[in-house]
Amino acid sequence: MANRIKSVSDLEVYRKKLLAARDPKRKTVAICTSGCTAYGSMKLNTAFREELRRRGLEQKIDIKLTGCHGYCERGPLVVIHPAGIFYQRVKVEDVPQIIERTLLKDELVESLLFKDADGKPCPHEDDVPFYKHQMRVLLANNSRLDPTSLDDYIALGGYQSLAKALSKHTPEALVKLIKDSGLRGRGGGGFPAGVKWESCRKAPSADGVRYIICNADEGDPGAFMDRAVMEGNPHLVLEGMIIGAFAIGHPGDPRGYIYIRNEYPLAVERVGIALQQAREYGLLGKDILGTGFSFDIKVNKGGGAFVCGESTALMASIEGDVGEPRAKHIHTVEQGLYDKPTNLNNVETWANVPLILERGLEWFTGIGTGDVKDNPWGGSKGTKIFALVGKVNNTGLVEVPMGASLRDIIFKIGGGIIGGKKFKAVQTGGPSGGCLPDSLLDMTVDFDKLSEAGSMMGSGGMIVMDESTCMVDVARYFLHFLAEESCGKCVTCREGLVQLCVIVDRICAGQGKAGDLELLEELGNTVADASLCALGQTAPNPLRSTIRYFREEYERHIRDKRCPAKVCKALITFSINDKCTGCTICAKKCPQSCISGEKKKLHTIDQSKCIKCGVCNDVCNFDAVSVE
Amino acid sequence: MSHEDTPKGAKITFQVDGRACEGFHHESLLGALRRLGFEVPSLCFHEAVSTYGACRLCLVEVQKGRKSRITTSCNFPVTAGLQVRLDTPAVQQNRKIVFQLLLAKAPASPEVRALAAEYGVHSTPYKVSEEAKDNKCILCGLCARVCTEVVGANAIAFSGRGSHKDMVAPYDEAAEACIGCGACVEVCPTHCIGLRETPEIRTIEKWHRDLPLQKCEKCGRPFAPTFQLMTLGKRVGMKLSDFKVCNDCR
Ligand SMILES: Cc1cc2nc3c(=O)[nH]c(=O)nc-3n(C[C@H](O)[C@H](O)[C@H](O)COP(=O)(O)O)c2cc1C
Ligand code: SF4
Ligand code: SF4
Ligand code: SF4
Ligand code: SF4
Ligand code: SF4
Ligand code: FES
Ligand code: FES
Repeated sequence: MANRIKSVSDLEVYRKKLLAARDPKRKTVAICTSGCTAYGSMKLNTAFREELRRRGLEQKIDIKLTGCHGYCERGPLVVIHPAGIFYQRVKVEDVPQIIERTLLKDELVESLLFKDADGKPCPHEDDVPFYKHQMRVLLANNSRLDPTSLDDYIALGGYQSLAKALSKHTPEALVKLIKDSGLRGRGGGGFPAGVKWESCRKAPSADGVRYIICNADEGDPGAFMDRAVMEGNPHLVLEGMIIGAFAIGHPGDPRGYIYIRNEYPLAVERVGIALQQAREYGLLGKDILGTGFSFDIKVNKGGGAFVCGESTALMASIEGDVGEPRAKHIHTVEQGLYDKPTNLNNVETWANVPLILERGLEWFTGIGTGDVKDNPWGGSKGTKIFALVGKVNNTGLVEVPMGASLRDIIFKIGGGIIGGKKFKAVQTGGPSGGCLPDSLLDMTVDFDKLSEAGSMMGSGGMIVMDESTCMVDVARYFLHFLAEESCGKCVTCREGLVQLCVIVDRICAGQGKAGDLELLEELGNTVADASLCALGQTAPNPLRSTIRYFREEYERHIRDKRCPAKVCKALITFSINDKCTGCTICAKKCPQSCISGEKKKLHTIDQSKCIKCGVCNDVCNFDAVSVE
Repeated sequence: MSHEDTPKGAKITFQVDGRACEGFHHESLLGALRRLGFEVPSLCFHEAVSTYGACRLCLVEVQKGRKSRITTSCNFPVTAGLQVRLDTPAVQQNRKIVFQLLLAKAPASPEVRALAAEYGVHSTPYKVSEEAKDNKCILCGLCARVCTEVVGANAIAFSGRGSHKDMVAPYDEAAEACIGCGACVEVCPTHCIGLRETPEIRTIEKWHRDLPLQKCEKCGRPFAPTFQLMTLGKRVGMKLSDFKVCNDCR
C-alpha cells in the first residue's frame, strides 16, 4: 500500500514531510460539523467554498470540517486559524464579511464575536469565559483537525505515543505507567485503568486470546462527551486502544471492538474511516509500524438500550444475546467476552492514554486531586469532560482538571443560572447520579468526593437546576426513566423501582402518607444493596440524595400537601388576585374556558375545571395570577 | 495457590457461620450450602440449569479479606477461605423486602405466600397493581432455562424489559416450538404454567400450546404428544413409526 509507514522512524520522517508541506501561517477556517450541522453548519461550508472559489482563493485558504468545539449552544461555531479567532452563531450571510475582513485584511467582524457579561468582545477562544477556565487537553485538537484526515492527526503529533510505546517500552512498563498515572475509568465506576490492564494481562487464557473493547455506548440522556471525541478526534481513541492492546499482551488476533451507540451514525462513520486509514498507514492490523505487533479493531453497533452500556450486558450483546447484565463475581478481566480475559474501557479513558505517554507521568499526576503514588485509588488525576446542561447560561462540553469546584464549573464556565434565578441543585453522573445542593457548591469534583456526597462521577453528565425545580419531581423523573431502562432481571431492581415510582407518584399527586419517606428510604436501601448490577445499585441515588438534601421539600409535599417549587400540579392552585385589570387575555387563552369576568373587572377561575396548565399565568401582563 | 490457578471443581474449604465446610472451587455457593444442609430460601435456582440471579432471595453475607458484603449465593462462586454468614441482620432486612416485593408482584401464588410466611413475612406495604392481582409468575426464568438448556426446544423466552418484562410464548401466540414435554411445568416454582389433558390433546396453558396425543398401538392409551415424539425422534435419527408403543407395552 502506497501510504504504509513501515517503521517507527518512518513515522517521524512522514510527519516531517507533512509539516514541511504545510505552511503554519496558512489561514484555515475551522467549522464545527458535528452537532452544529443542526444549526446549518454544512450550509456555511458550502457558502465558504463558493465564496472562496468566486474570489479565486480556494488554493490559498483551507476549510476544515471539524468535530464539536464544546460551546454548542453558540453554534454554528467557526474558528479562524492560526490566529484562533472565534466566531459564534455564524450565518451564511456572514461568510463574505469573514472572508473580506478577517481572512484578507486580518480585521475582526465584531458582530460575530462573543461578548462577555460586561459586553466586552472576546476575539479568541481563550478570551471567552466558557473556554478560559477550562483545561482542554482531550478536546484540544477538536477545533484543529479534520477527523477524516489521518494526516492532520499525524501532523499534530498523533501516533507518536504509539511509536514510543512499541519501540521504547515493554508491555509491563506500560501497564506500570498507566497504573502509576492514577488514570481511573471515565465510564462510570472510576476503576483504576492500570489495575484493570494488569489483571487482564495476568489472567490465564488457554489459547492466549484476550479481548480489548472500547465502551462507546453513551446512553445517558444529555451526555455527548464520548461522541464528541469520536466524531472530532477518532484516532486519539484508536491510538489509546492499540497501546492498551500491546500493554495487555494481545496476541494479534482476534480483533478488538468499539461498541458504539446505535444512535450515533456519524461516530460510526468517522470511526470507520479512521480505522480504514490507520490500516492503510500500517498503524493498525498486521505488523504495526514494522514492529511485529498486530492488532485490529472492529465496530459493533450498540443494542439500543441504556443497560447495554453495562460491561457484562455489552459483552452479551456483542455475542448476539439479549443485553442483560450478569453477576460479576468472576471478573470480566478473567472471563469476559466469549469467556476470555477482556479489558473494557470507556472512550475517554482510552483517549487519555496517548496523552499520558506523550507528556509523561509527572504532567498527568500533576493535574487533579489526591496522591496516587503507590495507590491508584488514592486520588483522581487528569481532566474530565462534563456535559453541562440545564438551567445554566453556557451549555456545552466542558473539560476541567479533576478537583475543579462545582461553583467554578457552573458559574465561571457555565456563566451562572439563566435569567439570574437562584441555583438549587446540580445532578452529576447521569440518570442515576445524585442531586447536590448549594451548600456543596465549593466541593471539589473528583471520584471520591462525589461518591461521599451521595452522587457519582458517572460518565460526566451535569444537569443544573434552578429554584423553579421541584426536587421530588426530579427524583420521580429519574426513577421512572430507570424503571423503564432496567433490564428487569432481578426483583429488587424491576419491582423495587416500580414501587419507588408508585410511592413518589403518590406524593407528587398529593396522596403522600405519613411513613412514606421511611418506606422510600428502606426500599431504596434494598434496591441499592441487593440488585445484581450497577444500574439497580445506583438507581436510588437521585431519590436518596434528594431526601438527604431536600427532606423538607418531601415533608411539605406529604404533610402540607404543598409543592414549594410550584411544580406538582395536584398541589398547586391558580387564582386571580386584585392586580387584575380585567384585560380578558387569560379568559381567551385558557384551554378549559374556566376563567370568567367582565371586561375591566376582576376575573375568577373556576377551580373545578382548571387543569393547572399555567397558561393564564404565562399570558397575564399584570402579575395578577397567583400560584399557591 | 492463588485462586486463579485453582482448577475448577478442586476440593477446598470455606467457612459458614464460622464452621469449616468442604466445597468445590467455583461451584455455586447456594448449591454448596444446600448440599451441606443449610437452609437458604430461593425461587429461581435449579441444579440442572445455569444460574440467573432473578429472585434475590438467596442472600447471604460474604467476606473475603476485610470487605464484607451482601450478595446472592446462587451465582456466587465458592473459593478457598471464603467466609459466609447466613442470617445476618442485613440479610434478614433485605430478604424481608424482597418477599414484600414478590408478594406485590405475585399475590395469587400460594407458594410465594407460604415461603414468605416461613420467613415471617405475611403482608406487603407495596401496591398490588390491577394486572398483578391474579398473577402468580415471578419472572424467575426457570421455565425458559429448562426449555433451552435441558429440553433443547427453545420454545419460550422473556419479552420486554424493565416493568414490561414478561415470560410468554413468542408474540404471545401458541409456542410453535413447544413439544409439550412438561418440563417447564414441573420446574416452575409457582406452578403457574398449567398442563391440561383430554384423551386427544395435551394443552400447555401459559404457552397456548395444544398438542395432539399419540395413542399406544398396543394398549390404546394416549401417552405423549405426537410432536414431541417426532422432534425427539428426529434428534436421534428415528422415525415416528418407531415410537408408536408406550413405555409400558414395550
Ligand atoms: C446501566 C449502565 C450503563 C452504562 N453505560 C456506560 C456507557 O454508556 N459508557 C461507558 O463507558 N460505561 C458505561 N457503564 C460503565 C461500564 O459498565 C464500565 O464500567 C465501563 O465501561 C468501564 O470502563 P472504564 O473503567 O474505562 O470507565 C455503564 C454502567 C451501567 C451500570
Ligand atoms: S439491577 Fe436492574 S438492570 Fe441490573 S440486572 Fe438487575 S434488573 Fe437488570
Ligand atoms: S391554569 Fe390553565 S386551565 Fe387553569 S385557569 Fe389557568 S389557563 Fe385555565
Ligand atoms: S390576564 Fe391577568 S389582568 Fe388580564 S384578566 Fe387575566 S388575570 Fe386579569
Ligand atoms: S413443555 Fe414446551 S415450553 Fe415447556 S419445557 Fe417442554 S418444550 Fe419447553
Ligand atoms: S412461568 Fe414459572 S418458571 Fe416461568 S418465569 Fe414464571 S414463575 Fe418462573
Ligand atoms: S456541536 Fe458544534 S460546537 Fe458542539
Ligand atoms: S436463587 Fe439466587 S437469586 Fe434466585
